[in-house]
Amino acid sequence: MSAREYITRFPEIREPLLNTRSAKGKNTRVCPAPFDLTDLKDLDPAETMPDIPDLSEVETVRHFTRLSRLNYGIDHGMYPLGSCTMKYNPKISEIIAGASAAIHPADSNAMHTILRYCCLLQDCLLEICGMDACCLWPAAGAHGELTGMLLIKKAVTLSGREKNTVLIPDTAHGTNPASCAIAGFRTKSMPSGEHGYLTAAILKEHLDEDVAALMITNPNTLGIFESEIHEIAGLLHDNGSYLYMDGANLNAIMGIARPGDMGVDCLHVNLHKTFGTPHGGGGPGSGPVMVKGELEKFLPCPVIIKDNTERYTLSWDRPLSIGMVHSCLGNMGVLIKALTYIVSLGGEGLREASISACLNANYLKSRLIHHFDLPFNTPTLHEFVLSDLRQKDAGITTMDMAKTLMEFGFHPPTVYFPLVVSGAIMIEPTETESLDELNRFAHAMETIAEMSLNREQDLHESPRACPVSRVDEVWAARNLILTWDAYESNKGDVVSK
Amino acid sequence: MKIPEGLKYTQDHEWGKIENKTIRVGITDYAQSELGDIVFVEFIEKGTHIASGESFGTVESVKAVSEIYAPVDGTILEVNEPLADAPELVNQDCYGDAWMVVIEMDDPAEADSLMDAKAYKEFLSAEAK
Amino acid sequence: MSYLCQTSHDLNIILDSIGIDTAEKVFSSIPEGMRLHRKLDIPGPLDEESLRKSFACRPSGVVFAGGGIYRHHIPALVDAVASRQEFLTAYTPYQPEISQGTLQGIFEYQSMMAALTGMDISNASMYDGASALAEAALMATKLKGIRRIIITRATHPAYRAVLRTYLQNTHDIEVVEIPFDPVTGRTDLESLENEADADSALFVQQPNYFGIIEPMEKIAKIASKAGFWGITVTEAISMGIMKRPGSYHPDVVAGEAQSFGNPVCAGGPLLGFFCVNKNHVRRMPGRVVGMTRDHDGKESFCLTLSTREQHIRREKATSNICSNQGLCALRASLYLSAMGPEGLRYVASQCASGARYLMGSLHDKGIQRIFNAPVFHEFVVSMDEKKRLALQEKGIIPGIPIENHYPELKDAMLITVTEMNTKEDCRCLLENI
Repeated sequence: MSAREYITRFPEIREPLLNTRSAKGKNTRVCPAPFDLTDLKDLDPAETMPDIPDLSEVETVRHFTRLSRLNYGIDHGMYPLGSCTMKYNPKISEIIAGASAAIHPADSNAMHTILRYCCLLQDCLLEICGMDACCLWPAAGAHGELTGMLLIKKAVTLSGREKNTVLIPDTAHGTNPASCAIAGFRTKSMPSGEHGYLTAAILKEHLDEDVAALMITNPNTLGIFESEIHEIAGLLHDNGSYLYMDGANLNAIMGIARPGDMGVDCLHVNLHKTFGTPHGGGGPGSGPVMVKGELEKFLPCPVIIKDNTERYTLSWDRPLSIGMVHSCLGNMGVLIKALTYIVSLGGEGLREASISACLNANYLKSRLIHHFDLPFNTPTLHEFVLSDLRQKDAGITTMDMAKTLMEFGFHPPTVYFPLVVSGAIMIEPTETESLDELNRFAHAMETIAEMSLNREQDLHESPRACPVSRVDEVWAARNLILTWDAYESNKGDVVSK
Repeated sequence: MKIPEGLKYTQDHEWGKIENKTIRVGITDYAQSELGDIVFVEFIEKGTHIASGESFGTVESVKAVSEIYAPVDGTILEVNEPLADAPELVNQDCYGDAWMVVIEMDDPAEADSLMDAKAYKEFLSAEAK
Repeated sequence: MSYLCQTSHDLNIILDSIGIDTAEKVFSSIPEGMRLHRKLDIPGPLDEESLRKSFACRPSGVVFAGGGIYRHHIPALVDAVASRQEFLTAYTPYQPEISQGTLQGIFEYQSMMAALTGMDISNASMYDGASALAEAALMATKLKGIRRIIITRATHPAYRAVLRTYLQNTHDIEVVEIPFDPVTGRTDLESLENEADADSALFVQQPNYFGIIEPMEKIAKIASKAGFWGITVTEAISMGIMKRPGSYHPDVVAGEAQSFGNPVCAGGPLLGFFCVNKNHVRRMPGRVVGMTRDHDGKESFCLTLSTREQHIRREKATSNICSNQGLCALRASLYLSAMGPEGLRYVASQCASGARYLMGSLHDKGIQRIFNAPVFHEFVVSMDEKKRLALQEKGIIPGIPIENHYPELKDAMLITVTEMNTKEDCRCLLENI
């Protein structure tokens, strides 16, 4: 079977910019008109109309529908982005969340029900993670990290200790140090051990009085379980420091092992990864934060309170809280989708999902190590990292291989991350891929490895069968055309050939 | 890898050309090739006094940012302003038109401790291992 | 439900290839003592019909609540097109060759937001208005000499709270709040004048939390003495009729654009927007899409200016934001394109007219406004808790009580009217008070 047989072909479309079709009077939409228009001079209205395109409804629909066809989504095929957990997004979740779309957060009648869902979601997350208390409001993983680090900062400050350093292994996501910086911490990078995980011995070398916390991802971004985490937690606690866990890779261990049982004091999880909510081309995500009892009093406001009449309300009466982190109550629609996902699978379903995610990844690994360099030989869970070492001599880079994968109808894996592996190719198939799809992907990768021996030029010039060929990011950064207006004044320069 | 004779070099991959009491500074061929296509340069203001090892600006490619460090203590006398509009010059002519700043040295003797071309070459090959 | 695909036959092939005999052995690297030796105590599994029944929730019939999150007409095409899986299930467009749809959609969002705010550049979105304002303040603190953040007390209470949360560990930065005039509800210009200087960054909300139109020309004159200043907007629809915030020449306009095609959805997802002057583009937080060309010289799009961001600059990044509200921004593009200039202006006019209609009807019934300055589509009245709860029992949400945020405004309630309300809604409210 040829991997190319199933290629997702993109249409030949060039869709001009939206504003180029605009002409005065095209839009004939009839808007709701419940009130008689009154004199609005007291508003000091603008003399000109808003400067946005004037288009017919059909033109709007066609424009964006055509654009959509230039995109690759999880429903097209496998999306093996390491540490992003691009699993199938159940359709029922959209429908369930949609049912709450019209509820205003000040509608206390309806919010009672919504807050009940929130409590159920909190309980589920706490059970999955083995933690004591939860805040659902952070709008994304990085937002959750910031929330977590602010809690730790507050706990340290109130205890009267002077602790300003957060240790971060070199396999960490870039958001980790960036979140620490906003929370007022200095960060110190630590090397992972030779086997790709942090050892207690390495931690001991870096641990001192000033260390407030260690931020660790488990399993880490090499897909390796941090097997010394329990000992690491002990060392930290003896030092008066906290263990923070980035839950980006929770999909590997649901129902198998729990961060709380490993000694983790605080973690965030990414609902848009582990719990199957769609990523929407960049968001919205959701990054709930969970803590052990000692940190609960610092959680953001508001908290959900169940009163003695079984009514759910919000309370801001939290004197030690770090404060609010969101305009309202977080990405509620995403929370409802995640809850739908969790209860549609149930506890056993979640465990089976993790098992299958790890099996799928290890299956791909068992096939691909015959053709690609595997920098760390330690057992892995839901993802694994290869490198371009074996292709490099032929002048083929990870970038060339990633771009060629698109020709085979796949989204490329995460590339050039983690930074500890040169030319990293980080593959996470997730549990929702069939054996056929895994085989198709493995075959594509094997074909690319073969191409690197005799068809180097094809690899360098990939992709050819996508809506656009390789995009010039250098030109974009040197010219900075970020709006229609900027395009108008630079027109001649964009297309030079 | 071009390492012209007659220039001074630092371990952070800057070069310096001594011109009496001043030193003209840029980044080396090795540094520009490691960064890839340069898309942006930014320097601190003329007249600022900086210490050796302190950053006087940044060089950016699409995927990386690098600070540029002063090789000696001194005052920024000149800044290569046209470079901001033509950052690609750093890739094309890093030892020539893409010089970055001229520093008036507090103590010209300080420059003696910088590497010469031969020492920098050895430093690079040692780093590669 | 389960979304797994492997048959037992497939499973055997997988186990064989890995070289293990049972599935559980894939976890051999997790020490025994750390394993969970019981089942997770979680409800389910549930089929789709049970899910629908378990999660049924209806809004109240008559709602006059806003306060930063607004019910507006959403053209049917917004849901139809934004729910296309190619948009919905795509990841962040790091691979531009197969993400041109998302990228061009965001480029168009940036273009329209820049045009509506009257600023040079918009980023690709922030979490919400509050974090957008907080990030604007953080950006200001990194500028030379800024020691104080000045914010008007008539700014949304949650926005001020989030700003304080973000800034709580930013050393040596003081946050100062400017009072409002108890009669007009406008920001007290004298206090503003006294506080604004070159060492401060100043932020003002327009229209303010009470719905009141702030005297922007006077404020802009004062603000020009500040080292940095910004305007926050919590009701983006107001930009359909009012003068563009950029016409007052602030450094940043940051706020909430949920009103552009995103449902209220019990509080989120919302859509933070962030627009700046050209000279601040490299200090801007968040992603941004730029136009470029491909290998063959064809116009195309990609994420750009990435060196500001966390994945490259790590602890020195302009912000820690990674995931944003991409799909909400796409919905805003769809909404603005569907409404057009006339439609957007008309919706804004309907909102403002509706507010004036209800204000007049309440006045006739003896319910007075607390402030007297002109508003956009929200206004504050006094209504005690008992009355409010009685209405609520009848399925009428008359507004949002705000006394907890402004103790001096006893029984104050913020009423919002949009084009989703009707004269019938107003009559229903009046009859039941």
